[in-house]
Amino acid sequence: MGINRREFIRIAGLSTLFGLGGAKAAWELLRPGQVEAALQAIPTPLAAKRWAMVVDMRKLDEATAQQCIEACHRIHNVPNFRSPVKPEDKVTPAEAQRWEIKWIWTDPFHNAFPGAHQETMVMSERVHHMQFLLLCNHCNNPPCVRVCPTKATFQRSDGIVMMDMHRCIGCRYCMAGCPFSARSFNWRDPRPYIHKTYPDYPTREPGMVEKCDFCSKLLAKGELPACVVASKGALTFGDLNDEKSPVREVLKANFTIRRKPHLGTNPQVYYIV
Amino acid sequence: MADYKNEFGWFAERPGVEKKVYNKFPVLIGLVAFVILATAPLWLNAGRDVPPPQPSLDTPAIQKLTQQERQCVLPLSEIRATHMQLLITWRDQVVRTGEGTQVPSPRVWTSPDGRKFVPSLTNTCLGCHSNKAEFCDQCHNYVAVVPNCWGCHLQEPATAGQVAQAEVK
Repeated sequence: MGINRREFIRIAGLSTLFGLGGAKAAWELLRPGQVEAALQAIPTPLAAKRWAMVVDMRKLDEATAQQCIEACHRIHNVPNFRSPVKPEDKVTPAEAQRWEIKWIWTDPFHNAFPGAHQETMVMSERVHHMQFLLLCNHCNNPPCVRVCPTKATFQRSDGIVMMDMHRCIGCRYCMAGCPFSARSFNWRDPRPYIHKTYPDYPTREPGMVEKCDFCSKLLAKGELPACVVASKGALTFGDLNDEKSPVREVLKANFTIRRKPHLGTNPQVYYIV
Repeated sequence: MADYKNEFGWFAERPGVEKKVYNKFPVLIGLVAFVILATAPLWLNAGRDVPPPQPSLDTPAIQKLTQQERQCVLPLSEIRATHMQLLITWRDQVVRTGEGTQVPSPRVWTSPDGRKFVPSLTNTCLGCHSNKAEFCDQCHNYVAVVPNCWGCHLQEPATAGQVAQAEVK
C-alpha cells in the first residue's frame, strides 16, 4: 500500500521547505531571525539621512555634562594633559590649556553664543548663567570640509562631518575655518596622558587635528553616541529627516537655539534653553 | 683654464705644454678614500650571516585554535604579499565608505572564502598575532620598512586571545 493523502502532503511540504534552501531556510520560515541571533549577531548599523542632536539645557546639570565629557573622552582616547600617567610628564597649567584636546566640553553662555548679550538678542537672565555642553555641530555647510586641502575632513551622506586621520597633514586650516572651536590640534604625543587606552579606537600622533565624529564607530555598531547614553536623557540624537525620530519630536515640542546661525554653516546641534 | 679642449681637439696635446696630472697625491688619496667609504657597507657586512625572518605564530590565541581553524583572513601567500593593501581596504571601509547604509555594515569584512571579520588592525590582526615584536617586526626589520601604524593604533587588542570575528561560522 502507498502513502495516504495526509502523509503525502506532509512529505511534500517538508521537501519544499528543504528545497527552498536547506535546513537553515526551513528553520528560518518557522522562526525568523533565530539563526542569526544564535550566531554572534552582526550588529545592524544605525543609519539616517541627516543626523542631528538636541541638547536640553533644562535637564543637563553640571555633573551630567561632566559624565558626558568623561564618557566621550574615555572611548576616544582623548588625553588629559592635566593628569599625566607618569609624574615626570607633568606640564604647567598654561601648557595643559594650550595643548588641550576636546571633543565635547562646556563653556559659559557668553562664550558659546557670543553676541547674544547685546541688545540685538536679549535672552532670559537664567540662560546667561548656564554652562553649555558644546561639541562639533556637524554643520550642513561645514567650512572645515571646504578648506581641508587633503580631504581628510569630509562630509558623509548622513551629514556627519568625519575625519580621516590618515590623511591629516596638520595644516590647521580647518581649525581656522571652524567658528565653533570644535577642533583640537595634537601638539604632542597624547599617550603619556591617557590613563587607560580604549582598544576600539586609535590614539593620535602629534601633528593631527581631531574632533567629535558623532561616534560614527558606535553608530556602525548600532549604538547611540556615548554622550547621549551618558546624558540621562538630556541629549537627544536622531534622524532629522525622519518625522518620527526622537529629534524631530523634541524639536517640534520645544523652542531651540543654535550656535552662530548667522554665519551660515547651518549647525545641527540644537539647544533647548 | 679650459685645458681639456684646445684648438687641436679634446684633451689634445698642446705643443710646449707639459701633459701631466696635477696635484697627483691629494687627488689619488681622495679617490681611494672615496672608493673605500662608498663601498664600506659592502666590506663591513661581507661574510655576516643575517638570519631570514622567522615570524612566530606562538601566541595564546593561535595555540587555542585547532589546525583547521588556523587560517588567516586570506591564504598565506596572499596575506604575505598583500596585507598592506588589505589594511588600506579596511581603513577605507571603516573611515570612508562605511556610512551605515553599506551592506551589511562597515564593521564587517567578508573574506573570499566567506568568513566574516571586523576590519580592525588592533582587534582582528593583533587579536591573534598579539606578539608584534616576534611577528610583525621580524619581516619589517629584515626588509627595513618602518610602517607608521603604531604611532596611533594600539598594540593591546580589546579581547586578547580572541579573534574579533563578526560572525563565527
